[in-house]
Amino acid sequence: MGSVGAKEVPVLLSPEGLRIDGRKLDELRPIRIEAGPLHQADGSAFVEWGANKVMAAVYGPREVHPRHLQQNDKAVIQCRYNMAAFSVDERKRPGLDRRSQEISKVIGEAFESVVFAEEFPRTSIDVYIEVLQANAGTRCAGLVAASVALADAGIPMVDLLPAVAVGKVGGAIALDLKKEEDNYGEADLPMALVPQSGRLVLLQMEGHMTEEELSRSLELGVQGCQVIYEKMKAALRDKYSPRPTEGGAA
Amino acid sequence: MLVLPGEEIDSHGLKPGPGTYRVGGKVYASVLGLLSPRPPIVQVVALSGRYIPHPRDVVVGIVTDVQSTFWLLDIGAPRWAPLHMTGTPWKVDIGETDRYLRVGDAVVVEVESLEATGRIGVTMNGERLGKLEGGTIVHISPARVPRVVGRGGSMIETITRHTGAKVAVGQNGRVWVDGTPETIRRVSEVLRMIDEDGQRPGLTERVESYLLATMPTTERGPEEPPRESAHRDVPEDEGLPVPAGDEETETDEGPGEPGSEPP
Repeated sequence: MGSVGAKEVPVLLSPEGLRIDGRKLDELRPIRIEAGPLHQADGSAFVEWGANKVMAAVYGPREVHPRHLQQNDKAVIQCRYNMAAFSVDERKRPGLDRRSQEISKVIGEAFESVVFAEEFPRTSIDVYIEVLQANAGTRCAGLVAASVALADAGIPMVDLLPAVAVGKVGGAIALDLKKEEDNYGEADLPMALVPQSGRLVLLQMEGHMTEEELSRSLELGVQGCQVIYEKMKAALRDKYSPRPTEGGAA
Repeated sequence: MLVLPGEEIDSHGLKPGPGTYRVGGKVYASVLGLLSPRPPIVQVVALSGRYIPHPRDVVVGIVTDVQSTFWLLDIGAPRWAPLHMTGTPWKVDIGETDRYLRVGDAVVVEVESLEATGRIGVTMNGERLGKLEGGTIVHISPARVPRVVGRGGSMIETITRHTGAKVAVGQNGRVWVDGTPETIRRVSEVLRMIDEDGQRPGLTERVESYLLATMPTTERGPEEPPRESAHRDVPEDEGLPVPAGDEETETDEGPGEPGSEPP
């Protein structure tokens, strides 16, 4: 990536320290999470995160297809991250590409480290993530949606998995990059946190930053994850808490 | 009390049971569910998820595969459950299994055995077990099955009394309903009500008032007692090879409007 060539680089950070959309450096985009919008799936969730819109569905534990992936001592987690053709300005060629394969893999592995897969030998837990509208940070939004969907599906796990990306824009470390910041910024560092243990189960980086900047980024990202964690829990509570009676019989 | 995965549980010194795990002396929930201390253990009863089989559960299953000596049934559990030909009231010859049950047929079976491998053994030998003819299957959450049956079968009795439907409730959340199309529609709606807001109080009253309000006008007046409507009644099965008649056992979610939860 790196050089943008003749293209004009937008001003990502104002002299007052505000970002392109007016956010402060440690500010998240608005997030809305809904648990269980799909009735046919065993669990589902819809996440709107800034201009991202991501749907996740979980099926299972169920029979493994294809059979040879079956493991005799635990469930396999099969994750598929996909971007809709209409999710970006310029039509995305539909189907698997290298990027979505990679994201599917890292998200699946993040879940493997928190799901109690030994409880369901010879089965598969299928996680589907569909990005309907993309504006940077879709792997984090997808992971958050999938995590809520897994809880909605009654899958036993260590904890929910909040995720967020931290990046470097205009020389400063900033939380939760949006598209322009991701495109023209200097670095991008998505991460997923297990709040129960404080472990990170997903950490990737693109671009460059110094060691101090990395430490600062991790600190900021963990803070961001805590905020997202609360929103994930609120979404599940909202679905499963008995609502006060209103309007009487249906 | 509702707990979510990863939330710490005040265990009061109780041992971690199902739906929980322990790390560093602290107990956490592993599933979304209700915290219920049952000394000497503390457990979380899941509010969602697939059907987890227990021995002696009576369940409604759909045949998904036919082999020469057994059928595989989808009972909504993590694995398909094999029904061996000796586990039926019929005298089945090897290779003749498809003369009795075919892919798509619905049956009522009992969970017999669970193995560490996750294999679920089921049998069709027993009272009220057998093949289901006609009707339709409505899916509800397995966690709601006790509400559908009601205390001592009271809810199911209310439903059959007001509709005359034949109903078989599987512990796996699959409910077989037979009757006129209108009857099936009303029962499906009641099941949807129970499934969607079964936690709210006054459920029986809401169900009863719905059933009274939708009573077909032509039949109003003295309520006719339902035909042999015990709870979980299943039609007689003569145990003969089934003729080519392909009765439909498609799943019907009823007229459930997708977004009909209260705001």
